[in-house]
Amino acid sequence: MARITASVYTSHVPAIGAAMDLGKTKEDYWKPVFAGYDFSKQWMKDNKPDVIFLVYNDHATAFSLEMIPTFAIGTAAEYKPADEGWGPRPVPVVKGHPELASHIAQSVIQQDFDLTIVNQMDVDHGLTVPLSLMCGELDPVKDAWPCPVIPFAVNVVQYPVPSGLRCFNLGQAIRKAVESYDEDLNVHIWGTGGMSHQLQGARAGLINREWDNAWLDQLINDPVACAQTPHIDYVREAGSEGIELVMWLIARGAMADVNDGKVTGKPPRVTHRFYHVPASNTAVGHAILENS
Amino acid sequence: MALDKPYTDVPGTIIFDAEQSRKGYWLNQFCMSLMKAGNREKFKANERAYLDEWPMTEEQKQAVLARDLNWCMRTGGNIYFLAKIGATDGKSFQQMAGSMTGMTEEEYRNMMVNGGRSVEGNRYIGEDGDAQAHRQPQGSAGQAAQKGN
Repeated sequence: MARITASVYTSHVPAIGAAMDLGKTKEDYWKPVFAGYDFSKQWMKDNKPDVIFLVYNDHATAFSLEMIPTFAIGTAAEYKPADEGWGPRPVPVVKGHPELASHIAQSVIQQDFDLTIVNQMDVDHGLTVPLSLMCGELDPVKDAWPCPVIPFAVNVVQYPVPSGLRCFNLGQAIRKAVESYDEDLNVHIWGTGGMSHQLQGARAGLINREWDNAWLDQLINDPVACAQTPHIDYVREAGSEGIELVMWLIARGAMADVNDGKVTGKPPRVTHRFYHVPASNTAVGHAILENS
Repeated sequence: MALDKPYTDVPGTIIFDAEQSRKGYWLNQFCMSLMKAGNREKFKANERAYLDEWPMTEEQKQAVLARDLNWCMRTGGNIYFLAKIGATDGKSFQQMAGSMTGMTEEEYRNMMVNGGRSVEGNRYIGEDGDAQAHRQPQGSAGQAAQKGN
């Protein structure tokens, strides 16, 4: 059967993608950001998954205001990097896993989560920047991402966004869905976005190092309590765009120690953890958890 | 019955909720159109004429022409949509975010390099942090304004 063996958490700042695409990673400003991912790139090579289930948010790219799905799962064979206004990122086309994605969609909907099924969409920096950070620079034509990716887009643009608890419970449903797939597949689940940042108004540039780290401690060690964090706490403490962090709870809820909304199993191993301020407007947070 | 909106007391912040989204629908959809290279060219060639093709309010059009992102947001714009205007102008997210504070690009960048804006005094309207209404604009622009008083 298929199994989720690890979860990866990372910010998906667009400027990080631009720094990689424009060859700026060795500049003093960017060096400490990328140093935090040296371990992770090697870890990806040593622990290559068969499929990545990648939780991210679309930033007014594939979804305008015409349609705003709260949870959307990609069941397509491939996804092109989107032109977000600066031209498409020069990275490989993202190959999907339509069979596993369709299986997860059916199972998760039967577990009472109303997913939107997407067979055609481009993917923006929310999805491609985490891939670049974990896999390094790749040639858009000659290279390929190491494995198929199932994009899972969460609305965090228009309020109300799903609650942390809803996301945490969804993660548990996704794990059940994966484990009911017959083929032996090693699946990683990634939660992306955050950490503290605000991109608007007189409060733009807000960073809260202390809150970010306390929240991440709790996500790792007491995810049930972390899932109770109300929206307003994210907004007030981590900035209006810090709300993206609810997506990390989907990945955390899919880990093996969580059963029926409680922590009952052995806690995951913290393989790597990193935090740096700033990348552009944002606090970069990153962690890798592996099931024991 | 009124909706639950616990986020209206955060200073310097407009939460893009259903009400803002309804107000800003055409403004944001205009922004969306700038994801196509041909539309970016058309907009740059004659901004007013291109804006007039959209059923936006006159105020929304003025806010776009002025490139006043705070004004755009008050009329229902969302930053991820408004970013398409910035991209059309060749601006980064940091330049766009900084423009909303009154700081120069360098001042804003330095603030971020030094750890970003502190949350202290900026959690609730009525405190004394640098994002509060009575302390705008920020940076040297703010100092100049104070001298003028």
